[in-house]
Amino acid sequence: MTDLHWRSATELAGLLANGEVSAVEIAQALIERADEVDGQLHAYLHRTDERLLEDARASDERRASGQTRSRFDGVPTAHKDLFVTKGVPTTSGSRILEGWLPTYDGTLVKRSAQAGLPLQGKLNMDEFAMGSSTENSGYGPSRNPWNTKSVPGGSSGGSSALVAAGGTPWSWGTDTGGSVRQPASLCGLVGVKPTYGLVSRFGVVAFASSLDQPGPLTRTVTDAAAFLQIAGGHDPMDSTSIPQAVPDYLGSISGGIEGMRIGIVTEIEEAEGTQPGVKTRVGEAYRRLEKLGAELVEVSLPSFEFGISAYYLVAPAECSSNLARYDAVRYGLRVEGPDVVSMTSRTRDEGFGDEVKRRIMLGTYALSAGYYDAYYGKAQRVRTLTIRDLERVFTDVDLIATPTSPSTAFELGAKTADPLSMYLNDVFTVPVNLAGNAAISVPCGTSPDDELPVGLQLIAKALDETTMFRAAYAFEQDLGWAGSEEGRPSL
Amino acid sequence: MDIDRATVDHVARLARLDLSDEERERMTTELGNILEHAAKIQALDLDEVEPTSHAIPIRNAMRPDEVRPSLTQKEALSGAPEVEDGRFKVPRILEDETP
Repeated sequence: MTDLHWRSATELAGLLANGEVSAVEIAQALIERADEVDGQLHAYLHRTDERLLEDARASDERRASGQTRSRFDGVPTAHKDLFVTKGVPTTSGSRILEGWLPTYDGTLVKRSAQAGLPLQGKLNMDEFAMGSSTENSGYGPSRNPWNTKSVPGGSSGGSSALVAAGGTPWSWGTDTGGSVRQPASLCGLVGVKPTYGLVSRFGVVAFASSLDQPGPLTRTVTDAAAFLQIAGGHDPMDSTSIPQAVPDYLGSISGGIEGMRIGIVTEIEEAEGTQPGVKTRVGEAYRRLEKLGAELVEVSLPSFEFGISAYYLVAPAECSSNLARYDAVRYGLRVEGPDVVSMTSRTRDEGFGDEVKRRIMLGTYALSAGYYDAYYGKAQRVRTLTIRDLERVFTDVDLIATPTSPSTAFELGAKTADPLSMYLNDVFTVPVNLAGNAAISVPCGTSPDDELPVGLQLIAKALDETTMFRAAYAFEQDLGWAGSEEGRPSL
Repeated sequence: MDIDRATVDHVARLARLDLSDEERERMTTELGNILEHAAKIQALDLDEVEPTSHAIPIRNAMRPDEVRPSLTQKEALSGAPEVEDGRFKVPRILEDETP
C-alpha cells in the first residue's frame, strides 16, 4: 500500500481492522519515512526502530488471536522526550540528562502501550520545554517540513515536525504556555491543550507544575480527540489529576456548530502586531464559523494584555524550584568539585543551556526575599484576573476564537538574540495556561505572505473539550485542508 | 527595572549556578529587560484580588495508603553518577574540623 505514512491514525486503525495492512507494514513504512526525512528535520532525539518492529509484531499476533488492546492497537506513536520511558533515553532536550535511562514509565507512556501503540522513539524539544522554536534544545534544533530554513515551533517542535512530515500519525507534547498549540500552528497541525488536570503529569519531566499539561499533536481533529480519550482521565499518581473519566468526544464530534456563540477579541489582535497574512486567514476562519451557523460576538479580555508579564514570572519561579532537583547526585551529569556546593554549581552551569539558566535566575530572583510580593505575588493576582475575565466572557459565549500565534514559522536564528521577542510569540496562548482552560489549534490554510501554515485557536471552558472538538471538527471538515494535497508539505 | 552585577552574583549563588563572568554580564542586561516588561503588572492595583496558585484547585487528593511495588535499591541508584556501598556518593559536605 502506498502513502501509508500520510494516513491518519483513525484511517490506519480502519485498515488494520479490515486486514488490509499489518502493524509491521505500518511500522516499516514509518521507518522508511524517518530515513527519508529526518536527516533534514532532526525531529528525533532517539529512534527505537527495533522496539517498534517488536511492538508491531506483538500487535499483529494480538489481532490474529482476537485480543487487540484497543481500536488503535498497532498504530505507532513517538513521544516528546520529556515523557519518562523505561529503559529508553529521556533527556527533556537537556545535556544534563544525557545518558539517563529511566527506571519506570510515566502514565502517558503506559496508557499508550496499554492501548497497543508501538513506540517509534523520542522527539526533540526546547530544553526542559522552555522555548518556542526548538532552538534551545541541547542537541540542536529541528526544522519545519514546510520550509527547512524555518523553525517548527516549540517547545514540542520535534513532535510537530515529525507529524507534519508524515513521520508518525500522532505524537504527545506538553503545553505550558503554548508549547503544543504554537508548534501545531506553525506546522499546519491540530494541537490540543486539555484542561489542566485532565491528563496526568506523572512521569512528565517538570517545568512549571501549575501550568504544564500534556496534549496531542495530530493531522486531524478526530485523531486528537481519540488520542486524548486514550491518555486522559484520572490518575491516582498525580495529585492535581481531576478525578473524572474522559467523556466520549467522538460520539458528538460531528454535531455541528449551529447556534454556538463564539467570542472574538479584536483588541488583542490589533495590539500585538499580528502579521497581515495571519489576520487574513484567521478573519476568513471567523467568517467560515459564522457561515456554519455560529454567532460571532465581540468580547473584551483586558487581562490578556498582562498575560505574558505574569506568565514570565510564574513559569520561571516554578521552574527554578523544579529544576533544583538537578544536583549531580541522584541522576544525570556530574562535574567534579572539591565540595558538594561547587560540584552542584559547576554541573548546573555546564549541563543547562542559556535559556534554562536565564529562567532559573529570573525565577530565583522573583521568589527571593524582598521581591516575592512585587513579582510572584503580583503575577498570581493577575492570574486571578485572567480567570475572572474568562469566566465572565464564558457566561455569554461557548468558545473564544483567536489566532494561535501572531506569526507563521520564523527563520532559525531570527529571534534567538532577543529572548523577549521569542516570549511575545506566546501572547494568545499563555492566558489559557494561566486560567487552566482547554484550547485547540486547528489549521486554517497557509498565509498569503509566505505560504506557511496559520492556526486558529478555539478556547473552551474548563472540561468542555466536547464543544471545542465539535467546533474544530466542523471547521476542519468545511475547510477541507487537512488530509488534502494542499495540506501537506512537499518534503 | 535595573539589575546590578551584585544582584546577579547573589541570585546565581542561591540558584547554584557557577556562571562565567561573561554569562553574568549578559544576565545583568537580559534580566533587566525581562523585568522591565514585567513592570507592566507592578503598576496594577491588585490588593483586593486574591492570588491564584492553581487554576483548577483540588483539595485533599488522597489514595489508599497501601504497600505497592516500588523501585529497588539497585534501580534507585542506577542513574547516579557515583555510588558506594549501595549509597549515593558525594564529595565532602562539611569543613574538615580536625586541627
